[in-house]
Amino acid sequence: MIDVMYFAWVRERIGEPRERVETSAATVADLVEELKAREPRYEAAFADLSALRVALDQELSDFDAPLSGVREVAFFPPMTGG
Amino acid sequence: MDIRVQDDGFSLGDELERFGKGSHDIGAVVSFTGVVRDTGGLGRMEIEHYPGMTERAISMIAKEAVDRWSLADCLVIHRYGTLAPGDQIMMVATASRHRVAAFEAAEFLMDYLKSRAPFWKKEFGPDGAEWVAAKDEDEDALTRW
Repeated sequence: MIDVMYFAWVRERIGEPRERVETSAATVADLVEELKAREPRYEAAFADLSALRVALDQELSDFDAPLSGVREVAFFPPMTGG
Repeated sequence: MDIRVQDDGFSLGDELERFGKGSHDIGAVVSFTGVVRDTGGLGRMEIEHYPGMTERAISMIAKEAVDRWSLADCLVIHRYGTLAPGDQIMMVATASRHRVAAFEAAEFLMDYLKSRAPFWKKEFGPDGAEWVAAKDEDEDALTRW
């Protein structure tokens, strides 16, 4: 089981801020494919991966990164701090 | 080094008055304050963040600034929640022996906070709500460091 979190418009498209996901995905990209296959709202959120960023256990990462040992995955648009 | 992520506002005067007190060898203090721009018609801004990652990311950025410019002290305050036009969003302050280091470190902090601290801004105006999009030049700004 892995905690998956969504922020900003990704959260709005998916309709919830976080969920527990049962997955055997090897990489972030595999997890995204699993989620997209679930329901159209995931398809809508993950339509363009170039518009998204991912953090693994609260550190910025990549879509081809392995998920082994990861407890928390977060998807969000490019950050707009400051 | 002092990092604060908070819903509440802050007093720029009080913060700067306190900043660097008790540290030795400070010849320069530089500060930057980010304000919600009133673009005409903006009703409010909502800032979302990623609790936990936000503090970690800001701490890492601030620590790098302290190491790289040998800062005597460094302060970052960043707000989240609902803000109105004219409200202060965030501030950074840097203290060092000489002004060049304090200026540069403050710019470095701002460039990195802009695109590496997990905040997202949503603007509410007369035509509805819109997420503020990240700008290419914000990402490009990181390459100079």
